[in-house]
Amino acid sequence: MAENVKEKAILTTKDVRLFYGKKEALHGINLDFPETGITALIGPSGSGKSTYLRSINRMHDFTDYVKVTGEFNYNGQNIYDPNTDLTQLRKNIGMVFQQPNPFPFSIYENVAFGLKLDNKLSKIELDERVETALKQAAIWDDVKDRLQQSALGLSGGQQQRIAIARALATRPDILLLDEPTSALDPISSRAVEDGLVEIGDKYSIIIVTHNMQQAKRISDRTAFFMDGNLIEVDSTKNIFLYPKEKETEDYVSGKFG
Amino acid sequence: MINSKITNKVAISFIRILAGIVVLILAFLVGYILIKGLPYVSWHFLTSPSKSVSAGGGISGQLFNSIYLLVLSLLISLPIALGAAIYLNEYAPKNKFVSTLRNSIEVLSSLPSVVVGLFGFMFFVLKFGFGFSILSGAIALTFFNLPILTSSIENSLAAVPNLQREAGVALGISKWETIIHVIIPAALPSIVTGIVLASGRILGEAAALIFTAGQSSPVLNWTNLNPFSSTSPLNPMRPAETLAVHIWKINSEATIPDAVQISAASSAVLLILVFVFNLIARRLGNVIFKKMTAGGK
Repeated sequence: MAENVKEKAILTTKDVRLFYGKKEALHGINLDFPETGITALIGPSGSGKSTYLRSINRMHDFTDYVKVTGEFNYNGQNIYDPNTDLTQLRKNIGMVFQQPNPFPFSIYENVAFGLKLDNKLSKIELDERVETALKQAAIWDDVKDRLQQSALGLSGGQQQRIAIARALATRPDILLLDEPTSALDPISSRAVEDGLVEIGDKYSIIIVTHNMQQAKRISDRTAFFMDGNLIEVDSTKNIFLYPKEKETEDYVSGKFG
Repeated sequence: MINSKITNKVAISFIRILAGIVVLILAFLVGYILIKGLPYVSWHFLTSPSKSVSAGGGISGQLFNSIYLLVLSLLISLPIALGAAIYLNEYAPKNKFVSTLRNSIEVLSSLPSVVVGLFGFMFFVLKFGFGFSILSGAIALTFFNLPILTSSIENSLAAVPNLQREAGVALGISKWETIIHVIIPAALPSIVTGIVLASGRILGEAAALIFTAGQSSPVLNWTNLNPFSSTSPLNPMRPAETLAVHIWKINSEATIPDAVQISAASSAVLLILVFVFNLIARRLGNVIFKKMTAGGK
């Protein structure tokens, strides 16, 4: 069925199934992700794209009735191994959510937070990591003069880029984004998108989006989900111009969704 | 269209009137207490001990007792309430047992304080032999206070959006660290409000203390800071009449000629005490919030 990554994959998932109680919500997803580049997960509401994304960094662990099966291989390591160090895993696989969710701290503290708790970094190293992360998230120029002010005073778009910087500060390999611009206005969305394109060649970025224009604009690969199945994955160009499956064609041409 | 506009206007005016009534009653009460009481409040009144038969007594002992009891009972009840609230809101499974527990806490919070007082009298004063003492009083107040404090802190924690928990966990921070470094700071302003409300109740509480901390204020030596000495104000085993109990006592069994004035003045002082405590608690909450959120490790 789907065409997967030819170059070296940083993350491979095989036969991923997810159950809400007895109900199966993901029906055996096989999907790989390259070391760099942006992969967009698109599909109608309820297609399972966010559910799949959240299974990658084990965010479903907190929901008692959710069960995930299948193979998740990250750099040779089984993500669902009982001995997996979740703290380390989530530092390596960062996540940004739909709603901007800055902590009620200063901008600086927000970005430094993930670093401070267990790394013994000097003040200089810390400053440097914070600055790098903010630059990568394309928010440094907006906030460099007010790092000690509360992040809650920023606009939604700025807060979302702070959230990206916060996730990047722990130097992850993979960045998961769950509809990161759906709560933002078009101009803020654009700023977030530009930031993502900037870093797309350094990280493996997986973005769930319901916005097909956005997928077209920023992603290198696109995976189309429907009803808990992965219908097709290919280069973004092929998905939008030469889709192989009927459902994909109908969806990207706007016949449903 | 006209009709809905009129209905709207009527409804708003009605709500305004109701709000106005509340404000008026409040302003009248506060004004009455202050106008009646403040003329008798003087430095001498605040700093001299009370007298049992002659006029001209003060409230120094009672004032200190009220504050000391408040601090002691908060020292006991706050850590327990915080722990219980964190467990209930963040860790407790959603099952019958936990929801029964939560309901019991809510029922306990409406327990009549005189029942708490009598229970404290039987248990701590008599059974444990603590006698009429600050310790008995503080523990009785803890029983009285704990359910309210636990519920209010639990509600404060529940009001922090789940997004914050997810954000912490997704950063690779453990659940416990997320609670300590993110959830509690975010909930702090509302936790402080809960503490202030609980403290207001403690400062005004009389019934639970009459039977536990007692109605007498022994002669205190303010320079004696040895908590084991019977004349030291810090001794937790001495009986301690609080301001609220004092007001109740001189009104029910007045043996002093200036009972009316002293009762009025004590009420004014108690009101101001609650107000000052409120301000201090909020200021302190702000400082802790800043400490926990900026620069803190």
